[in-house]
Amino acid sequence: MIPVCPTTALPPGEAIRVEADEPIAVFNVDGEFYAIDDTCTHQDASLADGWLDGCTVECPLHASCFDLRTGKVSGPPAKTPVRTHRVVVQDGMVHVQVEPAADGLA
Amino acid sequence: MSPTVAVVGASLAGLSAARALREQSYEGRIVVIGDEPHAPYDRPPLSKGFLAGTASLDDIALGAPDDEDLGLEWRLGTTAVGLDHVSRSVLLDDGTEIQADGVVLATGARARRLPGDQDLDGVHVLRSLDDAISLRADLVAAGRLVVIGAGFIGAEVASTARALGLEVTVVETQPVPLAGPLGTDMGAVCAELHGDHGTRLLTGTGVAGLVGTSRVEAVELTDGTRLPADVVVVGIGAIPNIDWLARSGVALGNGVLTDACGATNIPGVVAVGDCAAAWSAAAERHVRIEHWTSALEQPATAVATLLGTGGPAPTPVPYFWSDQYGARIQFAGSRRGGDVARVVEGSCADRSFLVVYERDGHPVAVLGMNQPRLFTRWRRQLRSAVPTPP
Ligand code: FES
Repeated sequence: MIPVCPTTALPPGEAIRVEADEPIAVFNVDGEFYAIDDTCTHQDASLADGWLDGCTVECPLHASCFDLRTGKVSGPPAKTPVRTHRVVVQDGMVHVQVEPAADGLA
Repeated sequence: MSPTVAVVGASLAGLSAARALREQSYEGRIVVIGDEPHAPYDRPPLSKGFLAGTASLDDIALGAPDDEDLGLEWRLGTTAVGLDHVSRSVLLDDGTEIQADGVVLATGARARRLPGDQDLDGVHVLRSLDDAISLRADLVAAGRLVVIGAGFIGAEVASTARALGLEVTVVETQPVPLAGPLGTDMGAVCAELHGDHGTRLLTGTGVAGLVGTSRVEAVELTDGTRLPADVVVVGIGAIPNIDWLARSGVALGNGVLTDACGATNIPGVVAVGDCAAAWSAAAERHVRIEHWTSALEQPATAVATLLGTGGPAPTPVPYFWSDQYGARIQFAGSRRGGDVARVVEGSCADRSFLVVYERDGHPVAVLGMNQPRLFTRWRRQLRSAVPTPP
């Protein structure tokens, strides 16, 4: 598990990028934490820079939306989903359990 | 017989229209007509990743696995040559015609050319996949590129060619590139990227002609200068593909004239994307927008108009982007002369900034360079600031 930050450092509506083998974006949606691959499946954009709207994040570049719960993409230009990762909160710290690369989401 | 909608044009706008028809519960037949032989593909990478060789044909395909379920009838490699508005038939260049109950015009635009530029080898425009394939083949074998026109396409081609190791000169007739969309000050800032990366930019210079016998050898400027060139790219804008509608009765101007919801003067015929000039209440005239995002978003509204389920006209905030020399440029909103550009974050010298354009003290547009996070916030803010009509 990768430690991310104290829960207090990631208030609702905010996102943080975590360096890992593949960078990961962690979001706080009204107190619920979600983690997905940070790099958009279309091109090289950081989804942590995107716009959070409910449980979806809009890519900051070309506006494909990804569902934080499933990783599914709503529409072009991205065609493939992002991986989702499990978030664990322990002792006031946010951690991410990184999924292995091929988790059969597609 | 089940009803038929003919979608004329198989690029982003046409495909989005077909998807929107199904999303809006239309169950009849959909025929998509495209003059290119290729399945729908994304055009922005043609001047960037695809031209550089880092994005493949697969990468830029627009089709998604779910599209199979749309049940579309494709007529690719077929050009529409006429529209009979009485019978609402689309006439095709293979002599057949498609009788339709509704027609979506999405024929896009084509590159504007210089007189005589098709007579010489080595002179290219960049609009289609085939254009990009032939330009790339020429670029990888060339040493010197001259780009005519310092708009976004020209700048992106110059940037890609520099990365491929070519010596690049960009020629622009206007004193400041991109002054139209970005204003003089910010156009000048963005144009500095050329110099940063070793591209020569000549502004305020017209092109007198192309020099060469069978293959281009140089570009001659109006001041008599000759720029030696192995390859020339002409990037001087686009013309809407509406000639085929000349005798159709559809009202035409600088594009197919539509209301704010995509309706033309002919019932059952709507138009979207680069070929359409939609009425803009804000501008008080028809405006033809060539942005990728418009081609993506307009069809849902136009299709609702076609199906008779349309609501009020949307008031979208125009958005476009450009990637050049590793810099990410994003612009949203509607700027016009007299708006004041103010740097609110970063600095132009650092090539990382956010600029807000203000009119009477209110933000009307925003420009970001390498500031995607902040830009997204401002773009959202502009979107919510635009009043929705009652
Ligand atoms: S990079 Fe995310 S949609 Fe293009």
